[in-house]
Amino acid sequence: MAEEIKKIATRESYGAALVELGHQHDNLVVLDADLAEATKTLLFAKQFPARFFDCGIAEGNMMSVAAGLSTCGLVPFASTFAMFAAGRAFEQVRNSIGYPQLNVKIGATHGGISVGEDGASHQCNEDFALMRSIPGMTVICPADDVEARAAVKAAYAHQGPVYLRFGRLALPVFHKQEGYQFTIGKGETLQDGTDLTIIATGLMAYEALKASEALAAEGISARVINMPTIKPLDTELVLKAAEETGRILTAEEHSVIGGLGEAVCATLAENTPVPVLRVGINDEWGHSGPAAQLLKDFGLSAENLVVKAKELLKK
Amino acid sequence: MTKQEKHQLQLAACEIRKGIIDATHAAKSGHPGGSLGATEIFTALYFKEMNIDPQNPKMEDRDRFVLSKGHCAPGLYSTLANRGFFAVEDLLTLRHIGSHLQGHPNMQLTPGVDMSTGSLGQGVSAAAGMALGAKTTGKTNRVYTLLGDGEIEEGQCWEAFMFAAHYKLDNLCVIIDVNGLQIDGPTAKVMNAEPIDKKMAAFGFNVLRINGNSFEELEAAFASARATKGMPTCLVADTTKGRCVSFMENQAGWHGKAPNDDERLAALAELNTLQQQLEGEANG
Repeated sequence: MAEEIKKIATRESYGAALVELGHQHDNLVVLDADLAEATKTLLFAKQFPARFFDCGIAEGNMMSVAAGLSTCGLVPFASTFAMFAAGRAFEQVRNSIGYPQLNVKIGATHGGISVGEDGASHQCNEDFALMRSIPGMTVICPADDVEARAAVKAAYAHQGPVYLRFGRLALPVFHKQEGYQFTIGKGETLQDGTDLTIIATGLMAYEALKASEALAAEGISARVINMPTIKPLDTELVLKAAEETGRILTAEEHSVIGGLGEAVCATLAENTPVPVLRVGINDEWGHSGPAAQLLKDFGLSAENLVVKAKELLKK
Repeated sequence: MTKQEKHQLQLAACEIRKGIIDATHAAKSGHPGGSLGATEIFTALYFKEMNIDPQNPKMEDRDRFVLSKGHCAPGLYSTLANRGFFAVEDLLTLRHIGSHLQGHPNMQLTPGVDMSTGSLGQGVSAAAGMALGAKTTGKTNRVYTLLGDGEIEEGQCWEAFMFAAHYKLDNLCVIIDVNGLQIDGPTAKVMNAEPIDKKMAAFGFNVLRINGNSFEELEAAFASARATKGMPTCLVADTTKGRCVSFMENQAGWHGKAPNDDERLAALAELNTLQQQLEGEANG
């Protein structure tokens, strides 16, 4: 693994991808709720002011407005923090967008505990659970810049509602741009292995890679699967990993309730029950602090994955 | 409006009301009170004001209607059926398994329904989105949305009103159906929203307070909405909940209750009498 690796926040990728798509597609419009600078939709707003609509601090209205816009052949990307997109506006997303299966994309930035100093009120660790529960909703959480930009483009090309979760924190860009392909609903094996499989999403994918390297040094062969699409889950890849490695460790910057870990568990329980451990936020509130420290303290680190992997091997 | 035009609208309203009674009776549930009260509004929109084509419900440049008070689906369905979007007989399948007529409007299932609604406060936002979408794509179609006076207790309505005025959506006509009653009783007692007209004016709307059961007043108000540029229009339409069925008029209890067999017959008898009177007037 490279010593010096470039870091970019996936919200930056979101903003950049919107600009790129904006040049290609006249029907793409962007909405924000007074957070354009933070969500990075300001990049789009500056280039395409006639296709950018600030809705003010009114996320519920924004989601339903986006629904209305989509019925006119436009493809709206409605943007705000994950807490307000999936949380506050849950029912608008469900009833105005999800139920009529409208072609609205939700760009939710500042997901997870790595929001940092703003504290628990803004650290949304429930968005996968909320969005997964809506029939027909696609839920994507990219792991780095390359994947995030490709995911935004894939979301545009996809017919139907998509929830995209981006982060505030700059993340190592570990994918190579050249030849990179993103397919909604497909996981990616980053590292092959035989003793166990770590299935990770978002910023935990890179931590899983680092953990795999550390485990290898101790003679443990850990497969690493990056799972950017939480829903629909790549069950084929999950079951193959269970059959071939016999143990699964999940890793996500989300509550252990309702997220990737539970989705993986449900698939395994119904098909190939194998021992599992879940790394995530353990049904507790976050608090203020630097993102890096919080991630470490809440166990969202390669070091903790190593500990949990060893624990799992004893099960 | 010519006398003949008004007469045609009145007869259509009679048929629509009979459909509301039959549909809710067959469903054994549903919302007849508000549907009956808003019937002139539905009729005026679909039989006169709006540019729509029942043979081509998805016509690109059509005017749009969003029933933000989605529980008055029986009123919308009966209007669409009587306008020719689908068979009037379908009304008897309301709320039944397999029916395209869901308890609240579903745009994926019912021809002519422009937006799925039912959760109060959301439809008006979607209508604002449609109006903004029309402007963004250079279309000249208009968007109408009907809210209840109880519904505007939802904060999202006011978010949408702010939005509509901010974006100068003069192609949007918001109609607030003020029948003065909601489930728990009179709106004035449950949660008083008056003075609605002053609030809407303060929010930046062209406001007209009208009798929402008068075809003449509705026609004039829609004309004013069309002529007003740079701001959305709000019709604060006073109506009588349960109108034309004497035992349902102004009764909160008929908000979400279906007529039983006897009540259906009594209601239809009143409506048939009204229809005969209208026909008599026309012939005489």
